[in-house]
Amino acid sequence: MALPIMSTDNLHLFYGKKEALKGINLDFQEKGITALIGPSGCGKSTFLRCLNRMNDLIDDVTITGNVMFKNQNVYAPDTDIVALRKEVGMVFQQPNPFPFSIYENVIYGLRLAGVRDKQVLDEAVERSLRQAAIWDEVKDDLHKNALALSGGQQQRVCIARVLAVSPEVLLLDEPTSALDPVSSHVIEETLLQLRYDYTVITVTHNLQQASRIADRTAFFLQGELIEVSDTKKMFMDPQKQQTQDYISGRFG
Amino acid sequence: MNAKTADKIATAVFYAIAGSVILILAFLLGYILISGFPKLTWQFLTTPAKAFTAGGGIGIQLFNSFYLLLLAMLISFPIALGAGIYLNEYAKQNWLTTIIRTAIEILSSLPSVVVGLFGFLLFVVHMKMGFSILSGALALTFFNLPLLTRSIEGSLAAIPNLQREAGLALGLSRWETVTHVILPAAVPSILTGVILSAGRVFGEAAALIYTSGQSAPALNFGDWNPFNISSPLNPMRPAETLAVHIWKINSEGIMPDASAVSAGSSAVLVLAVLLFNFLARWLGRRLYHRLTSATN
Repeated sequence: MALPIMSTDNLHLFYGKKEALKGINLDFQEKGITALIGPSGCGKSTFLRCLNRMNDLIDDVTITGNVMFKNQNVYAPDTDIVALRKEVGMVFQQPNPFPFSIYENVIYGLRLAGVRDKQVLDEAVERSLRQAAIWDEVKDDLHKNALALSGGQQQRVCIARVLAVSPEVLLLDEPTSALDPVSSHVIEETLLQLRYDYTVITVTHNLQQASRIADRTAFFLQGELIEVSDTKKMFMDPQKQQTQDYISGRFG
Repeated sequence: MNAKTADKIATAVFYAIAGSVILILAFLLGYILISGFPKLTWQFLTTPAKAFTAGGGIGIQLFNSFYLLLLAMLISFPIALGAGIYLNEYAKQNWLTTIIRTAIEILSSLPSVVVGLFGFLLFVVHMKMGFSILSGALALTFFNLPLLTRSIEGSLAAIPNLQREAGLALGLSRWETVTHVILPAAVPSILTGVILSAGRVFGEAAALIYTSGQSAPALNFGDWNPFNISSPLNPMRPAETLAVHIWKINSEGIMPDASAVSAGSSAVLVLAVLLFNFLARWLGRRLYHRLTSATN
């Protein structure tokens, strides 16, 4: 097997004294979709937010262990967090476009990185919106306020906004749980396209969604990683009793 | 008495209380505006005051009020903005921020006459600025700073955390997130806060009596060099404002039409403050619309 693009080694996380992650070892190969599943409060979102250090924003959090991204320790003191987050992009549960136009939303990262060339920006907007499968819907009103879009469209604009800065890894924290089924379906289709170019890691509550889109699935329970394997294997032939119970709906 | 009757009585009592608040306000405004209205002419608004004869205006006082307001805002807004950003975006909850917040509370509850006397001792006497617009503007800064800081902090706190996460997750630094995401989103409500505090500053008298002074020397409105003593822009000249003028004519005015001048000045002051309030609402709502809803 090739060297993983991202991996965690004995990752512990404490909220105050409460241990939310109890030593997670998990590798992510380049490209493809990995789904993190598990009941509420199992630590899957917390784990995801460790990967681009979003948990740094929360007071009173202690993290031990290693997160490696391309042979770099993410938690090393000399890590440039801003640079890391450009390579490890994130999409949230609630669509959170900035209160500006669609165009401005998408080029935000680039413009702040100093890109001024109108042509480069225009191209980036089209490319990113196409990749996020929303270009056809908004190409005629790129200067409309992003908040005027529907929730599903907003979420795809948020995906485009992340793609515009060309990350390698895309983290998604329950990207469809605030959306209606139709919009969710469109987002799933989008992710299935993105898996060829990006390493996609998504947290989901929805087991069907995991089985539909993920190449690999990891099952979390009470802060522990119970099982990780190819999605098909996980759903057809789980190795652990807890996994079996969870995917057959016996709890959670 | 059963619950239904109690509810009816309580509702009636609350309506009566709310009604009486509105009535008092309407009576006050009506009284001030009606008694001041006959005085409101262009001539009254533009000519200088007269100390001993009738027919004086409030032109200089009105200009002084606006100029002082502008200077006070120029000094206090950047400080308040910085403090608000620090408190809401950077500071962690610890003993230092607790001290800062307590200090702001105490500062905002200081009686303005105390602020004025402090300004008198520090700026006018000790720093030898004399009775001047600058002394007044600095005293008003003390008066205004805590309120403005609070209001800006509140405006920033109202921006959902999702927006901060979005910025940071996009690889923006904290500074870029604040300046390019949070501040633009907070502009409408910050602006509303600024205009509302402008209204309060505009009507302030006690803090100015001993700092910007109680005299309004003649100004030459053709001379805009701030270093000339008769220039309206000179910050070192004494400058009686409209609110101080009202206080002064009521306590020691000897012109024959003192009560009419006082009524007219009060009406102008109230109108100006009302205007600030409406402007704040209108502008805030308009900006909010422009920044958040669908437009061209």
